[in-house]
Amino acid sequence: MGEHFHHLASIAQQISGFIYPNEIELHWGLLIVVYPYITGLVAGAFILASLEKVFHVKEVEPTYRLALLTALAFLLVAPMPLVAHLGHPERCFEIFLTPHLASAMAMFGFVYAWYLAVVLLLEIWFDYRADMILWRREMRGLKKFFYWLLSLCSSDVSAKAVDFDRKAVYRITIIGIPSAFILHGYVGFIFGSVKANPWWSSVLIPIVFLFSAIVSGIGLILLLYYLTTLMRGKKLDMACLDTLASFLLYALIVDFSLETLDFIHRLYESEESIDILSQLIFSKLFISLTIVQILLGTLGPIGILASVRVLRIPQELKRVCYFIAALLVQVGIFSTRWNVVIGGQLFSKSLRGLTVYKVELGGAEGVLTALALLALPFFILWVLVKILPPWEDARPAQPESSTL
Amino acid sequence: MRLFRAPGQIVRLAILFVIVASVLISVRRRFVPPSFGELGHYRADAIKEVAAQPIKYAGWQACVDCHAAEAEMKNRSYHRGLACEVCHGPSHDHAEDPISHTPAVPRKRGEVCLYCHAYLPARPTGFPQIDERAHNPMEPCIKCHNPHDPSPPAVPESCSACHGQIAKMKAVSHHASLSCERCHEAPAEHRTNPRAYLPKKPTQRDFCGQCHAAEAKDGPEVPRIDLATHGGRYLCWQCHYPHFPES
Amino acid sequence: MTIGWKRRDLLIWLLEVPCGAVLAALGLGGRKARAKEQGYDADGHSYGMGIQVDKCIGCGRCVEACKSENDVPREPFYFRTWVERYVFDAAGEVKVDSPEGGIKGFKPTDEHEEILRAFFVPKLCNHCDRPPCVQVCPVGATFRTEDGVVLVDKDYCIGCRYCIQACPYGARYLDPRTRAADKCTFCYHRITKGLLPACVEACPTQARVFGELELRVSPLRRLMRMSRLQVLKPYLNTQPRVFYSGLDGEVR
Repeated sequence: MGEHFHHLASIAQQISGFIYPNEIELHWGLLIVVYPYITGLVAGAFILASLEKVFHVKEVEPTYRLALLTALAFLLVAPMPLVAHLGHPERCFEIFLTPHLASAMAMFGFVYAWYLAVVLLLEIWFDYRADMILWRREMRGLKKFFYWLLSLCSSDVSAKAVDFDRKAVYRITIIGIPSAFILHGYVGFIFGSVKANPWWSSVLIPIVFLFSAIVSGIGLILLLYYLTTLMRGKKLDMACLDTLASFLLYALIVDFSLETLDFIHRLYESEESIDILSQLIFSKLFISLTIVQILLGTLGPIGILASVRVLRIPQELKRVCYFIAALLVQVGIFSTRWNVVIGGQLFSKSLRGLTVYKVELGGAEGVLTALALLALPFFILWVLVKILPPWEDARPAQPESSTL
Repeated sequence: MRLFRAPGQIVRLAILFVIVASVLISVRRRFVPPSFGELGHYRADAIKEVAAQPIKYAGWQACVDCHAAEAEMKNRSYHRGLACEVCHGPSHDHAEDPISHTPAVPRKRGEVCLYCHAYLPARPTGFPQIDERAHNPMEPCIKCHNPHDPSPPAVPESCSACHGQIAKMKAVSHHASLSCERCHEAPAEHRTNPRAYLPKKPTQRDFCGQCHAAEAKDGPEVPRIDLATHGGRYLCWQCHYPHFPES
Repeated sequence: MTIGWKRRDLLIWLLEVPCGAVLAALGLGGRKARAKEQGYDADGHSYGMGIQVDKCIGCGRCVEACKSENDVPREPFYFRTWVERYVFDAAGEVKVDSPEGGIKGFKPTDEHEEILRAFFVPKLCNHCDRPPCVQVCPVGATFRTEDGVVLVDKDYCIGCRYCIQACPYGARYLDPRTRAADKCTFCYHRITKGLLPACVEACPTQARVFGELELRVSPLRRLMRMSRLQVLKPYLNTQPRVFYSGLDGEVR
């Protein structure tokens, strides 16, 4: 605790203006930046998967199963930063025992459970059920038993059953789209409904969060598809990449328009908080907002992707451009989360002062923990990919079935 | 074996759901705290727990029961509004067991007195304040002031004892050479019972005109105005601050 | 149509039973059961506080008394109540400060600067009638009692800090020892025994008055009669129970 006080004392030296005495401690730190980033990837990956199933964008079919598994991997990690950040992690189950229905945060339990069980797990199960049964036929011993359990002890691969599976996946995806909206939208609402904080309190925040999520999700799947295909030594499906890049561009444009709208609206209305918020943007958040989020993370990728569409460039270069754009987008969206979460706490609610946030390297809220949490989903994805390979060439011979 | 008419997938999922749901519901029953929900969405026992917090400050009533003499002296004095425990510290333990627990008795200069009485311009005017460096430096306050009846040993000679900010401001202004009494007629009792005997303030423009009217007999450095036209219907101090007229 | 109505009634009954069962299982019946303790009936009280800004001398004894009474950590990062000083210079620009919450009083400002006006403002939890902190608590660890006091259940709080974010007045902090949220309780343990909160007890100029909002005779009642009252951040509609007399428009 002494170290904590020392940390707070050094922050007290760096305050400019006046802050309420209790505001010296910045409460939602790096872990709370990581959390919306992760759920954003979940929602975005799922929306991309739904493009194929519901909107019949055939070109992105190679990424469908990969997107689902990615969403699952990240969703499993999502509660970890939250629990790690609590003052009493051992009491985290109270959110399920006595959820306060007036609280947006309490909805986390329900939305998470709904999305994990009813949307993701169910959709993955239906999509893979027939394949699991067919794979099982080639296996022996423990592995066979494991897949038997996973398929919930079913063995029916008749046309009727597979048809049912396909219809179920379609219907679940339809439910899944608004569910994904709610999953990440409520995170935006958690911030957007705090009337005490003028940086957060906005109708647009849930929408902006959602579109940034879609941007980051599509970007992530593009990166994963690219990397996994190269790692497996297969040929990249350029039509797929082109379509992914197109959707990434559209989503970026919408996202940027919404953020610009928010900015213009704030500036135009010039409410009481405009002075301290302007100070905030031009001093504490200048690098992370103007340079990283806007230039590197949004305008840069828009420029790259738009140029690729307009100019005639060879395929190899196109692929690299997509890769760079998708990477920049990740940095930009992470920076967006940072600017919202940390930015909202860098100014005082007295509107008279600014404070600082010093990230630690180690410790529960440190950079290392955040990196570990960001890396963990990829390990989980690796395990999932081993159990339920999403690749085209891993599919067993399909039995006869009617088309949807 | 098909027991139900529903597809096999649905049957299996339904069974799984029922198992998970019953586990969750029974877990919930077991773990929700007993008093939760009685009065609202919270643990009703928490109210009792908060109310059971130990008391540290006894409150003024507790002191009066045993220390009636000091209390009576204090209640007639300037410190009538000052609770005993502000200076003597939390004394609930002392009230319960006077012998084993004795309250603090601040005797050193600056232990408690200066929190209130050190000069700060933001304090409301009329509150007695001293310049800590100038007012009997190094001497303990209680040498001259009985804390239970802190009337000063001598009646204050200058108004700055209680009106320090005004005095400091005036001292660097064009009105520095004017004494307070020049404009404010204060009865002698004001120095010992300020709120009951208030000083007077001038009520006519002519008053300031004694020095500032065009025809006044004063040196040329005093600014002159035409009393009939300058400032319309207003009294002088409705615009000019007499304690710092150049502001 | 009779058939249509029958079906409708049946549907409603079919919905009510499982919903009721779910609600009962969730313990959300909301019935006010026993809990009227011997001696103190929360229902019969409605507390409020009045602060007369013109009387505050910025001595900080209230901050000290509060920290002593409630065992608040002594480090200058945790305050249940604090005092702010506002100093307006000749140009009308304001400087605000609160060194360690005012617990050791204040240091003089620059003596050579002309002061237009200056005053002290004590701050604390406003025990709002529509508390945003209670609204956002995900587990029900903070709540409003029937006598109008907002309390924290430190044994149930999970330390998510949402309430601290939601409070517009900066009244809450995370206690580093219990790792749960904490704030002013109007000295609930004192007022339920007929004592005054520690800060009110300590104030040498009676700048703070405490009492019952519905009582006809009390210092609070007099304040409500004789002064023009304000609350902090009224536009947020939190409906505080701490009323300020003589509050300057620049105070946030």
